[in-house]
Amino acid sequence: MSAEQLQVPAAQFESYYGRPILKVTRWREPHLPAYLFLGELSGAAAVMGVAAGATGRPGLVRTGRVVAAAAAAAGAAFLTAELGRPERFLHMLRVAKLTSPMSIGSWILVSHSALTSAAAASSVTGLLGPLGTAAAAGSAVTGPLLAAYPGVLLANTAVPAWHSSYRELPLLFTGGALTAAAAAGLAVAALTGDQADVSPSQRLALAGAALECGAEFMLERRSDLVAEPYHTGEGGKLLKYARAATMSGALLGLAARRSRAAALASAALLAGGGLAAKFAVHRAGVESARDPKYVVQSQAANP
Amino acid sequence: MTSNSLYGPLEDVSGDAGYVAGHPERVGFFTDTSVCIGCKACEVACKEWNGLPDPDADLLKLTGMSYDNTAELGSNAWRHVAFIEQAVPQVSVLSRDGAGQLIISASAGDTDDSGQATRWLMASDVCKHCTHAGCLDVCPTGALVRTEFGTVIVQPDVCNGCAYCVSACPFGVIDRREDDGRAWKCTMCYDRLRGGLEPACAKACPTDSIQFGRLDELRVTAQARLAELHEAGITQARLYGADPEDGIGGAGAFFLLLDEPQVYGLPPDPVVTTRDLPAMWRWAGLAAGALAAGVAVAFAGRRA
Ligand code: SF4
Ligand code: SF4
Repeated sequence: MSAEQLQVPAAQFESYYGRPILKVTRWREPHLPAYLFLGELSGAAAVMGVAAGATGRPGLVRTGRVVAAAAAAAGAAFLTAELGRPERFLHMLRVAKLTSPMSIGSWILVSHSALTSAAAASSVTGLLGPLGTAAAAGSAVTGPLLAAYPGVLLANTAVPAWHSSYRELPLLFTGGALTAAAAAGLAVAALTGDQADVSPSQRLALAGAALECGAEFMLERRSDLVAEPYHTGEGGKLLKYARAATMSGALLGLAARRSRAAALASAALLAGGGLAAKFAVHRAGVESARDPKYVVQSQAANP
Repeated sequence: MTSNSLYGPLEDVSGDAGYVAGHPERVGFFTDTSVCIGCKACEVACKEWNGLPDPDADLLKLTGMSYDNTAELGSNAWRHVAFIEQAVPQVSVLSRDGAGQLIISASAGDTDDSGQATRWLMASDVCKHCTHAGCLDVCPTGALVRTEFGTVIVQPDVCNGCAYCVSACPFGVIDRREDDGRAWKCTMCYDRLRGGLEPACAKACPTDSIQFGRLDELRVTAQARLAELHEAGITQARLYGADPEDGIGGAGAFFLLLDEPQVYGLPPDPVVTTRDLPAMWRWAGLAAGALAAGVAVAFAGRRA
């Protein structure tokens, strides 16, 4: 036994046969992490498309709009598949409730999907250009909201590792949004051979990686007990991989103009890092709900 | 909506939810575990009255957890009797003297080789019908609602099975039925309440461990019972969920316990998640702004 272990004996607490106090979330893999990833990708891609339009980069406009629409549709499919009654998805729109991030998020997702599909359709067909531009402008508002709200979605639960991370999670998700959109930009440029527009994607990757890894660093630095599942176990391991992948992806992106292979590898690392972070968050939440010590010791410590 | 809609004491929970003056008084359960005998009549009465399915009925399920083979509250178990066996030097026996005074006497009970006796704690758990109910706050469809009696119920024709409530309940009460896809939990027998009857579990409980009534009256009853136990020397007795100042604004179903809440599988000091919701939205707003700023930086300057 190391000296450190001797100094910090395992805290004693009682439980009911070691059973969870909370219900372990019904949200599954890959649905939840996939939804989080696709939602943030769609959100940032929409903003990227608008920014590309404003700065005269037509190639990136098309990429941003098409990726935003496709990712929103795929994300909505994962979300719907998570429902116990998928045919009742539209019941989400019976009400609008400020206390329910899922209610707010459903309204955001539905508006964002409509706007991005219209913008993408206009871009692909070349029809109704002004309408497409207006829809895209709208999606530049819904996009950041779509990427950020899942932080509240997860935090507004009784799950200790999620609830306690309401500062970090939205930043992690919008940082991931930027790196995911950068990955899309880099990959499309490499595949089409049109390297003219890689520099915004490179800068997007750097900015996103700073935000995403910053949020991961905030999670890892925390010493409160309920943050433990971000340091140890599968959640902790995945979070470390995620950070390494995101950082190396952003750096490798700088070589994108010289090497298409580097551009593709960078895109894969950026996307993989973002996805791994979403799995890490899911697993940390599951672990913190499953082991009653996180509930008992954190609440017993409350004055 | 009032200033305490998200957190803190709330005098009129139905009124806050929009019921006009003249709605019924808030009702609740006081579960006094000190008189529970572990007969599970409440579990059976609940299943019978509410027609709760048992998909595993053909299987003999033994958990190895004392006499508890229900294991936890869930979509098909709206009352759950917990059984805790504790090794103690002596078992306290409560009785009443000729004057009706509660007295305590020690009994060695059946001691094992090491001279330890076994104390049995039994407690019938149920949905707390929280004043600030996380499940209700987060439900995106409006399936979960506050009733005119101040209780919390799911409307099965509305629920789409999103399972948000499952993760939001700080007591691990509500759950989704995987075959049916919807969330289910105790309704405090809403149908019986509307018909002027008490809930099935309270009706069936042979020792009055489960008492049903107006919540304000039950709180008075519980304080008196607690004082009586303390006077008799049962100092570990405590109320759980009876305080309107606690993290959920007080429970509509509260308890008298004989040990720490976590021993019974209950969270020691739960707080409704929505208390922190305004701060959460602020951080999300900041993060959304960071996204927009990140894109702006990346695209700064027209194309070279
Ligand atoms: S105990 Fe859980 S399920 Fe019951 S009202 Fe409170 S939050 Fe809802
Ligand atoms: S599962 Fe049903 S009751 Fe629970 S939050 Fe979703 S819609 Fe509401």
